[in-house]
Amino acid sequence: MSEGHSTYTPKTGIERWFDARMPLPRLVYDSFVSYPVPRNLNYMWTFGGILSIMLVAQILTGIVLAMHYAADTNLAFGSVEKIMRDVNSGWLLRYMHANGASFFFIAVYMHIFRGLYYGSYKAPRELLWILGCIIYLLMMATGFMGYVLPWGQMSFWGATVITGFFSAIPLVGNWIQQLLLGGFAVDNPTLNRFFALHYLLPFMIAGVVVLHVWALHVVGQSNPTGIEVKSKTDTVAFTPYATIKDAFGMIVFLFIFAYFIFFLPNYLGHPDNYIVANPLKTPAHIVPEWYFLPFYAILRAITFNIGPINSKLGGVLCMFGAIVMLFLVPWLDTSKVRSAVYRPWYKLFFWLFVADAILLGWLGSQPAEGSYVFMAQMATLFYFAFFLIALPVLGLIETPRRVPNSITEAVLEKNKGGSGHPVGATAAPETKG
Amino acid sequence: MKKILTSLALIGLVAAGGAAFAAEEAHNAAAPTHFPMEEPKEMGWSFTGPFGTYDKAQLQRGLKVYKEVCSACHSMNLVAFRTLTDLGYSEAQVKSFAASYTIHDGPNDAGEMFDRPGKPSDYFPAPFANVEAAAAANGGAAPPDMSLLAKARGVERGFPQFVFDIFTQYDAGGPDYIHSLLTGFDQTPPTGMVIPEGTHYNPHFMSGVSLKMAKPLSDGAVTYDDGSPQTVDQYARDVSAFLMWAAEPHMEARKKTGVNVLFFLLIFGGLVYLVKRKVWEGVAH
Repeated sequence: MSEGHSTYTPKTGIERWFDARMPLPRLVYDSFVSYPVPRNLNYMWTFGGILSIMLVAQILTGIVLAMHYAADTNLAFGSVEKIMRDVNSGWLLRYMHANGASFFFIAVYMHIFRGLYYGSYKAPRELLWILGCIIYLLMMATGFMGYVLPWGQMSFWGATVITGFFSAIPLVGNWIQQLLLGGFAVDNPTLNRFFALHYLLPFMIAGVVVLHVWALHVVGQSNPTGIEVKSKTDTVAFTPYATIKDAFGMIVFLFIFAYFIFFLPNYLGHPDNYIVANPLKTPAHIVPEWYFLPFYAILRAITFNIGPINSKLGGVLCMFGAIVMLFLVPWLDTSKVRSAVYRPWYKLFFWLFVADAILLGWLGSQPAEGSYVFMAQMATLFYFAFFLIALPVLGLIETPRRVPNSITEAVLEKNKGGSGHPVGATAAPETKG
Repeated sequence: MKKILTSLALIGLVAAGGAAFAAEEAHNAAAPTHFPMEEPKEMGWSFTGPFGTYDKAQLQRGLKVYKEVCSACHSMNLVAFRTLTDLGYSEAQVKSFAASYTIHDGPNDAGEMFDRPGKPSDYFPAPFANVEAAAAANGGAAPPDMSLLAKARGVERGFPQFVFDIFTQYDAGGPDYIHSLLTGFDQTPPTGMVIPEGTHYNPHFMSGVSLKMAKPLSDGAVTYDDGSPQTVDQYARDVSAFLMWAAEPHMEARKKTGVNVLFFLLIFGGLVYLVKRKVWEGVAH
């Protein structure tokens, strides 16, 4: 979809001056104005833009919070409360940042599920997808370390539990755990390095985002039909079409975000994190942030030893395996058709997978006892079966519905009898590719 | 394919049955496994909802209850006297209130610690010198600091209640819990229940059958001069509201800003939507 040649013509003297020396205006114009996007993108495609503003918002609020925060086990909790009580609009900054993390993850989950539903990871977008998975991993590391900084009870015990996973790894596990902690237990060195890394990682995310957007602009957006762009009538210019649609999507998202910041700022948090960390007092239930709960449920579902692998290592392997699955998706899916729109069985399994992920999230918040364990084991089984069985097998045995020849054809079919007078009505659908 | 689906449905049924069983087994009156035994009562507070504001008279009464009863054991380290102007007190009143406390300060020029009257910039002094002293004086468990108590306590709401809470903006889990706990003493434990020595049965306590704290409030213990009923229930309400303020002093500003922000986003979003419609007019998509 990259046009191959630029359509930018500098109009003013200063633009010509820049264009001859460092064509930044040309880059911006080609990337965000004339860049062609499929005309049939729906609102699920606005989450890329939403994620960009969330990243910027997190970095901006985070930098100001860091000006008031003290990364010391004796001071951290108090400094956060100082922000909440005495810093001008400090409560707003902190609630924006804390809820911003949650909404960043809500947006990224929508973005990932959109990719899974419409087959956005399939060739030639494998690298784009993998860069996205790397961003997601970096986000998880950043979110986890950020949750430790207020030095509440859940901060401390969450950090203790999660860094404890690494000790399950044979031979090097203890060494890795001690490297992460800067000692033998979560303490001041842990807090200091987590703060340093929590400040560093968002900029690494921003770097990978640049690569992600670069890769996107090489291969172009996928779209709800999953059909590649074949002619000019399949696309519209990024500006104004995608820009205004993204803007509306962003405002709706910000509305929900603001609703939580101002009216339910602690809804997504845990009350125990308003108790200062106490290494001598373990909370009744240690739960991570909600966005880790499905993985936490998978971790705890492995209550049995498998041959030489004990249950602890098994749980850790399954948890990391659950994320590794995402990286493998482009090669696990054998279907020739991209979009679930034309894949009735895949569509069904996709929604079962969504339900399964939500179920795992709920199970992760419940104590690992009684029937919850069995349910978590079944849900974990389905999680892996979706990737390792459903994705490869469905692609081979499923009969997809008829796929239109082009995006334009699909759009015209959908709008048949509608009031729109399509711009591309006269263009013959091309058959290349 | 049909077979796979049937087995999936079966697994789902089994799982649902398991959940029902889990809920079942929690019922054994003498040896409960789920706490609190009784859910907190939802009281309805002036500060809940999108336009909620603190009832200043109630906060003043709550401060009185804290000062005369709770503060004997519970510190409130994060609350400064100067913030009491939020409760409707004048600067002069805050000054004299602060001066009624003795603050241990120092060292002075001679290198010695000294006592002086409190100033508005001081924080509520703690009743014990340190956590160990607090624990030693209270049967081994230090009474928790009250600054954030209203946000640090909350009984899990469970499904589907936690979904409804988003729409009802339920944000009073802490105050409801504190009120229920304070009014939950004086009840007879179920027959056969073992209450550990030195603890007090309270079905509203969220971490066990009983707690170290004895019933702290009794009718008439605190004198109100505004004619409010001098009952345990009223004291509990007032001090719970006061603790909510102590934990979230900027709540009113937050909600007020929130209403403006949502109003702006609604109008702005509406305008952007109209522009979007105009831009896409005539482009089938």
